Amino acid sequence: MNTLVPLSFFLIVSTIMFFVGIWGFIIRRNLITILMSVELILNAVNLNFVVFNRILFPGHFQGMFFSLFIVAIAAAEASVAIAIIINIYRRFSTIEVDNVSEMKN
Amino acid sequence: MGLTTNIWMFLLFSAIIIVFSFFTIFSRRILRAAVSLLFVLVSTAGLYFMMDYQFMAGVQLTLYAGGIVVLIIFSILLTSTINQKFEKPSSKYLILGGITAVFGAGISIYTILNHPFSTSTESEIPSTMKEIGVQLLNTGVNGYALPFEVISILLLAAMIAAIVIAKKII
Repeated sequence: MNTLVPLSFFLIVSTIMFFVGIWGFIIRRNLITILMSVELILNAVNLNFVVFNRILFPGHFQGMFFSLFIVAIAAAEASVAIAIIINIYRRFSTIEVDNVSEMKN
Repeated sequence: MGLTTNIWMFLLFSAIIIVFSFFTIFSRRILRAAVSLLFVLVSTAGLYFMMDYQFMAGVQLTLYAGGIVVLIIFSILLTSTINQKFEKPSSKYLILGGITAVFGAGISIYTILNHPFSTSTESEIPSTMKEIGVQLLNTGVNGYALPFEVISILLLAAMIAAIVIAKKII
């Protein structure tokens, strides 16, 4: 237990990953890269939950179960998002968000 | 493993995570971005292994690195041409996003470094697969059967939704 790296190191790494994800979310105009930014953000949150659980509350598994459920939700979200992206590509022949401005034609 | 080894491993993994997160959002070829995302997710699994959470690391590897990245790569192959490069992001969004990210990260890191985290004094429980399985399917105290079932319903709904949405309209 004493051989573990301090908590704040992990938190700094996950903070940087989170805000890089937000930056990508803002600058990218392609639906798939936006989805990848969302995955980065979710991954940073997962890391936070697991680290808090492991270092601050080693007598429980709450953070780890939260992370497990977040991973499951991320999988569900990615599958639905990709179905929508493929549908959009079929209809508009592009997946740039600027060109996809109407939901029904 | 001693503390020094742990710190070196941690530095290696976190360097990979940070560098490849930047590659993920700044790479102008979409397939390279997806592969960088894969590196980020695998190094996160390495951090979980460092913390002795083998089950969580396995889930991260199979579901995230194995499942989601493959799904993303499939959709890239279906919707984009490989050699196409993105345009550079407009500098207005680049600067706005940069200010947002740096500002937010600065505030968060400042708070993290100044907050006194206090460790709970409970005794540590081993993160064995048996303990995890018992807690995951338990309905009493420390039981997570209800969210487990809710997640399974959600996964079923998402699967049906994905099939219905992607179905070819005849």
